[in-house]
Amino acid sequence: MNDSFLLDGEDIPFTPGQTVMQAAAAAGKYIPHLCWHPDFAAHGSCKLCTVKIGGRFATSCTVRAAAGQEVENRTEELDAKRRTLLQLLFVEGNHFCPSCEKSGDCALQATAYEMGMLTPHFDHFYPDRPVDASHPDVLLDFNRCILCELCVRASRDVDGKNVFALAGRGTRSHLVVNSDTGRLADTDFAATDRAAAVCPVGVILKKRVGFAVPIGLRTYDRKPISAGMGADDKAGAGIGEAG
Amino acid sequence: MNFELETASVPGENLRRVAIDPVSRVEGHGKVTILLDEDNKVHQVRLHIVEFRGFERFIQGRPYWEVPVMVQRLCGICPVSHHLAASKALDLIVGASKVTPTADKMRRLMHYGQILQSHALHFFHLSSPDLLFGFGSEVGRRNIVGVAQQYPDIAKKGILLRKFGQEVIRLTAGKRVHGTGAVPGGVNRSLTADERKELLKDAYQMIAWSRDAVRIIKELHQQDPALYDHFGTVRSSFMGLVAPDGSLDLYHGVLRARDADGRILFDQVDYQTYDRLITEEVKPWSYMKFPYFTAMGPEAGWYKVGPLARVQNCDSIPTPFAEHERRELVAYAGGKPLHGSLAFHWARMIEMLFAAETIKDLLHDDDLSGTELMAGGERRREGVGVIEAPRGTLFHHYQVGDDDLVTMANLIVSTTNNNQAMNTAVREVAKQYLDGQEITEGLLNHIEVAIRAFDPCLSCATHALGKMPLEVTLVDAEGTELDRKYKA
Repeated sequence: MNDSFLLDGEDIPFTPGQTVMQAAAAAGKYIPHLCWHPDFAAHGSCKLCTVKIGGRFATSCTVRAAAGQEVENRTEELDAKRRTLLQLLFVEGNHFCPSCEKSGDCALQATAYEMGMLTPHFDHFYPDRPVDASHPDVLLDFNRCILCELCVRASRDVDGKNVFALAGRGTRSHLVVNSDTGRLADTDFAATDRAAAVCPVGVILKKRVGFAVPIGLRTYDRKPISAGMGADDKAGAGIGEAG
Repeated sequence: MNFELETASVPGENLRRVAIDPVSRVEGHGKVTILLDEDNKVHQVRLHIVEFRGFERFIQGRPYWEVPVMVQRLCGICPVSHHLAASKALDLIVGASKVTPTADKMRRLMHYGQILQSHALHFFHLSSPDLLFGFGSEVGRRNIVGVAQQYPDIAKKGILLRKFGQEVIRLTAGKRVHGTGAVPGGVNRSLTADERKELLKDAYQMIAWSRDAVRIIKELHQQDPALYDHFGTVRSSFMGLVAPDGSLDLYHGVLRARDADGRILFDQVDYQTYDRLITEEVKPWSYMKFPYFTAMGPEAGWYKVGPLARVQNCDSIPTPFAEHERRELVAYAGGKPLHGSLAFHWARMIEMLFAAETIKDLLHDDDLSGTELMAGGERRREGVGVIEAPRGTLFHHYQVGDDDLVTMANLIVSTTNNNQAMNTAVREVAKQYLDGQEITEGLLNHIEVAIRAFDPCLSCATHALGKMPLEVTLVDAEGTELDRKYKA
């Protein structure tokens, strides 16, 4: 038997040990996702990458590819569920795209466009999340955090600094900074850290850059997020690292 | 400080209230209340701005580089003005007391595109129905659709002038509405030679159509001077930016003010010191403040801003056709400033012509295609940016902490500067046209014509949608509703 599976009816090759997401990305096929990144271990928390394998729901970033699998991905049923997940993320934080400097470079916004999300649908939480501007080079705007833990993983696994963590439980989960004061300035975080460039939304921002890249020239102005996995791209890379 | 007809002497006694609510619904919910006695004598007229925006507060705590993009959401009609005034203030925060020639000219081009589109929108879409058909004419026809049916050529020019202005904005700011072209210290783009060439193809036509527009409003004045010279007359001081040499400059300059007779009150004032010049008074019945020149006090110190103020404040206009028209206006006025509300339209069209000529001149300038976009210098904690927005002088004032977050924001928007003048105009018109009359829709429209002449953010949506959502409620002194009429 060939090492391949069917993704929305298309034959996708894989190597043993690859997840469905990894194999799809390597083949240039887009499975919506927010917390997955090719350089980091799968997290499986955002659930955007949920597909149906043999009729059962599964997160494609954690399920190993297997020969002969029949995987449903971009079906109306699954995209509708993804829209709902996105709506929940939008109302749980304070996402004001019109004045957000990450607009056009934001994976959350781009995925919402891709999924055809038109309204937030649910009541906004409007959480009170003050920004942390204490660091001389990097601003933290917690209002936009989607709890993907990419910064946590990058700081811990790549930078070796362990600057970020999630605290609280359930709807009270939130991103914190590992310092006595809770302020970024009181850590050894640097603007050159991998964690400074990995945020898919507008939480971790290099200061004083803001709107230097004009509208029309931003990552997802040039091509939709679903085109980011084309044959010319390193699979899935670049998400959140555009700005 | 109360003015005549602002507060009735015995408000509860046998007076009935007529409310125009809303006057319109653009960038502010406004209403006019009129107190009348049993003989329909006018006792009190107030223009209330009842919407609260709160931008000054929620900008606090945000990073300064976000402000030019966030603050332009104040308005969907002149966002460019807020975008640029904020950028100018924040230039000082990043130490760029002078931006590069490319940045300066890109911003100027964006701004004059804004002036062109906004003035065209106001004159053709919003006011021409009143001016061409008459203030009390059949309401069903008194809108842009009616103009398009009876005067298709005029309507077409209006639409295409606005479209051109929007295109200038798109190419300089990235979007027709709410772009991001200006950033603290400069701009994030310049124009290619092809983009300039594309715009230049239409630029000369825009100048020709702007000249036609000036001719239309001039002829209306000449046909009915009794109406145009006296309707809603508001004698007051007036203020605006002028270039250091006294010529008209809507992007940058120094503050100059004249009294009602045209004598200079102050000149060459650095706008960084505006807060020593102007005090903002609060009145309990409106969310819009009432600014006045501090030295003159609230009674005598209120002033007008906007096209009529600017065209009569400057010594000259640096483009030839607009300067010719300015001289005609000055000659018509006979040496004294015009103060009639309808003269705003004439001045506005002269400015539109000035904008069209300036756009053409800028498009020939190779600096627009330069690559030096940003400047910087020593960080500062405070900056004031002032610009002449389509509706008048616009002040943005910010303080920024060492952590880059805004700690204080104060905005005096153009319409606020005209608050007392608009109230006075409304009272003058109420006295002249409503006093002792049975109230009709046509008469109430006279009130709105006076407000609309100032082109406040209040006036826009009404005619832009072709409908005026207008509700008039008649209540007796006890507050019992006697009658209600609604027009949509």
